[in-house]
Amino acid sequence: MLEIKNLHAGIEGNEILKGINLKVNAGEMHAIMGPNGSGKSTLAQVLAGREEYEVISGEVIYNGRNLLELNTEDRAREGIFLAFQYPVEIPGVSNTNLLKTALNEIRKYRGEEELDTIDFLSLIKEKMKLVELDQKFLSRSVNEGFSGGEKKRNEIFQMAVMQPKLAILDETDSGLDIDALKIVANGVNKLRTKDNATILVTHYQRLLNYIVPDFVHVLYNGKIVKSGGKELALKLEEKGYDWVKNGKLEEVVNQ
Amino acid sequence: MDKTIDIKDWYISNFGEFEKRLNGGKENSIHQKRKEALSNFSKLDFPTIKDEEWKYTSIAPLLKNNFVPSYEKKNVSKEFVKSLLFDEMEHSLIVFINGRYSAENSVLLNLPEGVIIGSIAEEIKIKNEILLKHFGKYADHQNHIFTALSTAYTEDGAFIYIPAGKIVEKPIHIIFITDSGDEKILTQPRNLFVAEKRSQVTIIEHYACEEESTYFTNAVTEIVTEENAVVDHIKLQEESKKAFHIARMEVDQERNSNFSSHLISTGADLTRNEFNARFNDEGGECTLNGLYMIDGTQLFDAHTLMDHAKPHCNSHEHYKGILDDKSRGVFNGKVIVRQDAQKTNAFQENNNILLSDESLINTKPQLEIFADDVKCSHGATIGQMDDDAKFYLKSRGIGEEASKGILLHAFASDVVTSIKIESVRNYIEEIITKKFN
Repeated sequence: MLEIKNLHAGIEGNEILKGINLKVNAGEMHAIMGPNGSGKSTLAQVLAGREEYEVISGEVIYNGRNLLELNTEDRAREGIFLAFQYPVEIPGVSNTNLLKTALNEIRKYRGEEELDTIDFLSLIKEKMKLVELDQKFLSRSVNEGFSGGEKKRNEIFQMAVMQPKLAILDETDSGLDIDALKIVANGVNKLRTKDNATILVTHYQRLLNYIVPDFVHVLYNGKIVKSGGKELALKLEEKGYDWVKNGKLEEVVNQ
Repeated sequence: MDKTIDIKDWYISNFGEFEKRLNGGKENSIHQKRKEALSNFSKLDFPTIKDEEWKYTSIAPLLKNNFVPSYEKKNVSKEFVKSLLFDEMEHSLIVFINGRYSAENSVLLNLPEGVIIGSIAEEIKIKNEILLKHFGKYADHQNHIFTALSTAYTEDGAFIYIPAGKIVEKPIHIIFITDSGDEKILTQPRNLFVAEKRSQVTIIEHYACEEESTYFTNAVTEIVTEENAVVDHIKLQEESKKAFHIARMEVDQERNSNFSSHLISTGADLTRNEFNARFNDEGGECTLNGLYMIDGTQLFDAHTLMDHAKPHCNSHEHYKGILDDKSRGVFNGKVIVRQDAQKTNAFQENNNILLSDESLINTKPQLEIFADDVKCSHGATIGQMDDDAKFYLKSRGIGEEASKGILLHAFASDVVTSIKIESVRNYIEEIITKKFN
């Protein structure tokens, strides 16, 4: 589904990603872990098409197409979804308005008819249950005045409505209490199918107690320095990130 | 020869012509005011950018056009009038074409006893006492050349009178349509709205044109809100992009009166909106909201003055602007809290979004406080479109243009949502959608 080949990217002249290689197949769940500043969020933003980031070299192939040639909205329409680390507050735009516009823009792109209001509402109601959001929430402005947990639940709710092929969750677990974390994780698990894939970007192992990844990658200084199965995450949790920084990675992993 | 002097002379020397056409409107105190105003007009000069209050707004392009009144009767299509109405709203409608009352386009609903909605020209003829009492009392023509011109050449406009205790439930929609064709005409809507004690009314002042022609609207509106009266005023300016629009609104607020004003404007070539409200007694409440959306080389200037002359009054002012291309905006909002006006609450804010590198806004919120137990705040912001918000929308599959439309809509929304009537809100939403989508 997604193949990243030797990707170098940065912002304002600073190279942050220094040769990322990653392959994600349909049905897979990948966790990308690493200390702060290692480039995790940059990778997520570059994949979603944030214009401020500049791709220096390398390739990203998504379902046989050159992803880097697509603009942000077309990436979303092709099935890529980014759950933001810091969901943006948009006063004056209701959640309903955002979702309806987004769904219909995607449907138009795919040559499908617009959803009528009844179908739209029944879809929304069904998906809201997944993340235990209240009805009242629909008429509120996007993320405005939401608690941290509500913002993250809203991201997963949007993901549920949009049913992406590839979801990139950027630190969706950060700042959540355990109840909210369980709700979010439960939502992500329920949305998992054999046809879609997920990239979880996270700093902590905690989320992985609830969402079990097929692969764990350690990102450090703009490169994936180690890949492995879910047990790699446990080691990271136990030992912290210092040994990654100290170059003693192999030593610890092989213990 | 200086053209400015030309046009001024023209108004002075053609006054006799104007008088001859008045048939019947001359034998009362209004005509005395006309003559006084003409004399003031002749003594005053048109402002230049050297005047502090006109620093960023040059009216030289206006004067160059030599706008003069037209006495030719025009008519507009019924379809056009219909296009200006709000869906699913029952209302009384009065239409003015090129500044003159058009009875065939106006529709008055059953009104409570004593309520008058109509043409000021008619009321002058019949010497309506309420009119004679209030006309010209609030919009001073001694120091303001455009008001002097309006007063001197007073001919027609809307007159609304709501007697004490009467409630007009259905809004009153006044439409001023200008169709100047190839002529460069001056129209001077002159309005007076009097809401007596405990009365209530909603008035929509709507300026429009069928074709993009060049004309000059010089409007003066005086509003009296007596004790406990509630007046909601909405002004919609949808004029020709080649037009000039200078308007002045004077609001007199008595004890415990509640007045709200919403100005929604897509501008003209040059627009100047002056709004002055004065609390003459305690307990008054005034809301003053505005939204201007301009582009091209349009100039929009809003000058507001909130005069807290008495204690225990509240005012809330919020103006928002969206400027594109090479357009220029001016916001000058003054709040005066006089020495007696303790326990005043006065809030004022002006927010602007500049969509282009060459658009420009000069914003000047001013607070002058002479009392010591008051709560006041003011502020102004100038910014660009929020890139984070735009990226967020695009990452949800919403295209560049649609994202921009949604965000500008959202920016405008708090001005629009505070309008109480849904069908008016919907009409304005459509103006915004048309503009940004």
